[in-house]
Amino acid sequence: MKELKASMAGTVLNILAAEGQAVTAGQAVLTIESMKMEIPVEAEVGGKVEKIHVEVGSFVNEGDVLMTVGE
Amino acid sequence: MKKILIANRAEIARRIIRTCNRLGIETVAIHSEADGDLPYVSEATEAVLIGPNPVVQSYLQIDKIIEEAKKRGVDAIHPGYGLLSENADFARKVARAGMIFIGPSSDIIEKMGDKIESRRTMIQAGVPVVPGTEEGVTTLEEALQQAVEIGYPLMLKASAGGGGIGMVRCENEQALTQQFDSVKNRAKAYFGDDVVYLEKFIADARHIEVQIFGDHHGNLVHLYERNCSVQRRNQKVIEESPSPNLPQDVRERLCAAALQAGKAVNYTNAGTVEFIVDSNNEFYFLEMNTRLQVEHPVTEEVTGLDLVEWQLTVADGGKLPSQDKIQTKGHAIEYRVYAEDPKTFFPSPGKLEKLQWGEGARIETGYEEGNQVTPFYDPMISKIIIHGSDRADALSKSQTFFNRVTINGVKTNIPLFKEFIGSEQFVSGNYATAVLPEWMEKTKEEHTL
Repeated sequence: MKELKASMAGTVLNILAAEGQAVTAGQAVLTIESMKMEIPVEAEVGGKVEKIHVEVGSFVNEGDVLMTVGE
Repeated sequence: MKKILIANRAEIARRIIRTCNRLGIETVAIHSEADGDLPYVSEATEAVLIGPNPVVQSYLQIDKIIEEAKKRGVDAIHPGYGLLSENADFARKVARAGMIFIGPSSDIIEKMGDKIESRRTMIQAGVPVVPGTEEGVTTLEEALQQAVEIGYPLMLKASAGGGGIGMVRCENEQALTQQFDSVKNRAKAYFGDDVVYLEKFIADARHIEVQIFGDHHGNLVHLYERNCSVQRRNQKVIEESPSPNLPQDVRERLCAAALQAGKAVNYTNAGTVEFIVDSNNEFYFLEMNTRLQVEHPVTEEVTGLDLVEWQLTVADGGKLPSQDKIQTKGHAIEYRVYAEDPKTFFPSPGKLEKLQWGEGARIETGYEEGNQVTPFYDPMISKIIIHGSDRADALSKSQTFFNRVTINGVKTNIPLFKEFIGSEQFVSGNYATAVLPEWMEKTKEEHTL
């Protein structure tokens, strides 16, 4: 199990994967808006999305867990 | 004018307050919850908490801002740049509420904000315009058809776009096919309007703009040009005036074309006519910005004028001086300091643990040591403007200045400036809009950023 954490504070703009979906390492699974920029967040490992901890519009701080991916 | 409300934040709000203080005009600042500690809030005569952090709930709340202005008995509203500065609806509502909007009329804002309409207006006025579609393109089939006539590479742009958002370069048919829906969707999401158009991509182009000013007595003048070709993600990073390696006759023709553009719409207040200039010094109108620009201090440094004061004078019915009274002296360069990683350009919000600028530059900043740079707004934390007797002098002063700056708590692009401004490409002054990404790519392994 791998936790995908936010690398910076911002607002979740889009969630590009669903719980139960298989993702590959490097795949963009979320976008965060910070300082008027859209930042793609990529899965660090491949596996199944176990849980999505945020929703579109959520404000996240650096280090907050966004998703857990089962390896 | 006795009292004005500033419908903006941070650096530009502070800049406007400074001129108002000098002229004895009271100011009302608005701020979100996150911005309550920024210096502009305490520097204004009055301050109003306008809403929560997201701009849509605070700085873009048109009716609330106008209501607060009326309640506080203000005569005029200055929109700054960005946010509501080019919002025709806002300008119209301010005027209807019986206050002065410090900028051009809502009709001009509307006309120039629609890039297709502004292209059409300039073509009619005889100003050279980048070849492209004359109407909005609604379907991919139509875009592909028009692209054959224009030729690749081309730019796919949102008609209501700005700030580098909603524009993408397409090298071929496949790229245009891939990008079409995405640009339309972004245009809709960012600007509420999904109309797009195509423009020929001009290779090796410089981005040069001319500052113009019009008053309500039919006078229109230019304040010379600025070269804004150092960009990342289509957004300006370094601007300078005069433009290096620009022949005097081309400079004169550019300024004349900018006045022609302004006259075509009976322009009033501060405006900027943006051009791209190709390697043969042929130039084309890109767009007109109907507001004060971020880079206005470059013009102020070479002309010795206060453009905010001019804005207030014109808005209050005053007259502009004649063109022959506007002269330039020396060379000025502006550096936009962003809270971002200098290698990836990713944002770097955080607390400014230490902020030590040193001497030798004009510093326009919305922040002080101890302030938070929050993720809600633009990453620009400061502008450094350096004036020299000539370009070499300004560059030498820039190096000295940057070597003395200390910023802790957030990453900034200052390490990038320190390396880039010593590069052969920049020092030569012979650079086009791709200079920064190209230089980064070439020197990737040598970087010590």
